[in-house]
Amino acid sequence: MSDVLVLVGHLAGPVGKAGLELLTLARRLGDPVAVCAGTVDERAVETLGRYGARRIHVIESDDVREYPVAWVRALADLAAGTRPVAVLTESTPDGRETAARLSIRLDGGVLTDAVDVQPGPDGPVITQWAFAAGYTVTSRVVGGIPIIAVKSNAAVPEEAPATPMVTRSPLVLDEADRRTRVVSREPRESTGRPQLTEADIVVSGGRGLGGAEQFELIERLADALGAAVGASRAAVDAGWYAHTHQVGQTGVTVSPQLYIAVGISGAIQHRAGMQTSKTIVAVNKDAEAPIFELADYGVVGDLFEVVPQLLDEVTRRRA
Amino acid sequence: MNIVVCVKYVPDLAAQPRFTADHRVDRAGGQLSELDEYAVEQALRVADTVPGTHVTHLTVGPPPAAEALRRALAMGGDAAVHVSDAGIAGSDAPATALILAAALRRLTPDLVLCAMASTDGGTSLVPAMLAEHLEWPQLTFAAEMTLDQGGTVQIRREATGEVRHLAAELPAVVSVTDRIGDPRYPSFKGIMAAKKKPLDTWTLADLGVPADRVGPAARTVVDGITARPPRAAGTIVPAEGEGGRRLADFLSTQKFI
Repeated sequence: MSDVLVLVGHLAGPVGKAGLELLTLARRLGDPVAVCAGTVDERAVETLGRYGARRIHVIESDDVREYPVAWVRALADLAAGTRPVAVLTESTPDGRETAARLSIRLDGGVLTDAVDVQPGPDGPVITQWAFAAGYTVTSRVVGGIPIIAVKSNAAVPEEAPATPMVTRSPLVLDEADRRTRVVSREPRESTGRPQLTEADIVVSGGRGLGGAEQFELIERLADALGAAVGASRAAVDAGWYAHTHQVGQTGVTVSPQLYIAVGISGAIQHRAGMQTSKTIVAVNKDAEAPIFELADYGVVGDLFEVVPQLLDEVTRRRA
Repeated sequence: MNIVVCVKYVPDLAAQPRFTADHRVDRAGGQLSELDEYAVEQALRVADTVPGTHVTHLTVGPPPAAEALRRALAMGGDAAVHVSDAGIAGSDAPATALILAAALRRLTPDLVLCAMASTDGGTSLVPAMLAEHLEWPQLTFAAEMTLDQGGTVQIRREATGEVRHLAAELPAVVSVTDRIGDPRYPSFKGIMAAKKKPLDTWTLADLGVPADRVGPAARTVVDGITARPPRAAGTIVPAEGEGGRRLADFLSTQKFI
C-alpha cells in the first residue's frame, strides 16, 4: 500500500480528536503517515499508533509555530520523497490555507469540507455538503496528488493498533516561506467545555436571549448536558458572546448528535452551520420561526420558563 | 498604494441553486458575493486615508459577472477588470487562482484583498493559492487589518483556542472576515458614477494563460449532486407551562439524558 500523509500538526499535549478522525479515514486509502511537530512523546506515539499510524514523521523545527507556510514546505518535501496517494488536513482555516498552497506547489487537486472519504477505482471519492448543506456532492481529484481537507466529525475515530516507525527530519525554509510570520498569540482561557466542532451536544443561544448576561442560562444548560456553547450571528454581532462560538456560514459548522437552538429564529446563515446535526431541538416563542422547519422537537414558548424547567429536569433525572 | 480587490459573481443563495447537466452551478441571475463587500470596504477605507490609493476590482467569470464589478464600483474604487473567456467555464479553485494570478501580475498591486470565502463554493482556497502563485505572503481570515507606513500589513485572526497576530511586508494577499467592519451601502451618486468608471475585459490569450490549464482541465470532477432529503417533520408543542418537562421527556426517549 502507499502512504497517505496526515497533517496532525504541532503537539503540545494529547493528540486531539481531529487527528484521530483523519487517521481513521486515511486507513481506507493507504498507510497513514502522521506528520507532526512539537512534543511527540511516548504517549503521543502510542495514541497515533493505536489509531493506525504506520509511520510518525516528526518535523524537528519550531518554525511551524512561527511561519504558517512552514507546513506547506514540510508536506511538499515529504510528498516529493514518497508520492503519497493522498494528503489529509483538517478543513479549518489553518488546514485549508495549507491545503491551498500545497495544491499549487505539488500541482495537485484539492477538495475542502469533506464529510466522508472513501476509496474508489479512480482515487478517493469525497462527499461534501454544499449550498447551506442543502445538497450532497461527490467529487474526485483527477491528475496530481489529491489533497483533502476534512471536516471534524467526518468519521468516528476507530482503533486499529499498529506499531509505528518514527522518522524525523529538519525543516529548511526558503525566504518566500518566511514572508508570513506570527507576531504574537493570545491563548484563550479554557472554559472546560468541549470544543464546539468536536462536541456531541451543542447548546446555542440567539437574539431571543436579549443580552450577554442571559447567556449564563445557555452555559448552565450546556454544563448540565456536557455540551459546547454556540451562538447565532445576531447574538455575536450584538456583542453578547465571543465570535469563536458563532455557528453559521461565517462562523463554525457543527454536526453534533444533538443541537439545541434557544431563541434562534433559524436564518439561512445559521442553518448553513448546523442543519446536518443528527437531532435538532428548538425553543422559540415565535411558532413561525424557520428553525422549527428543521427541528425534530420544538417547544413554542418563553425560553426563560422552558430552559430553567428543562435544567431542573435534567438535574433531577440524572441524580 | 495600488489595491486590487478580487470579487466573485455568485448565485443568489436565498433562491434554489440550479445546476447544469455537467454538474456546474448555473450562474444566471447572480450577484456580488455578500462577503466580498467586506473586502471592498477595507480597500475603500485605505483609499479614504492614504492619498493616491488606486482601487481596482477584479473578477473571473461569465459575461453577467460584470454586474458584480459594477456593484463593487458603486461602493467605490477607480476601475474594474473582468477576465471573461469561453474557455474558463468549469474552472475549479486552482484554475481560477491561476487566471487571477496572471491578471494580478499585470495589475502589479501592493495589496490584494479577498473575502474569507465565496458564498457559493465556500472553499476559502483562492487567497492562499494566489499568494503561492505570486510567491507573496498571505494573511487570511483577518478580523482586523492595519497597514503601517513602512509597508507592513498586520492582521488579527480569531483562531481556535487563540487569537493570533500575523504580519507581512507588502506586496501581500489579505482575506477578511465579516468581523472586520460593515460595508458601506452604495449611494445613488456612487451607482451613477460606477457606470462611467473604466471596466476592461481581458481574455485568457490577453493574459497568456494556456487554455489547457483551465476550464475542463480542472483537477477536480464532480460525479454527482443530489438535494439532501428534507428533514422529516418534527413534533412541535406549545410550552403551556410544561415546555421544559416535555423537552426533557423527548431528550430522555432519545437517550440524551
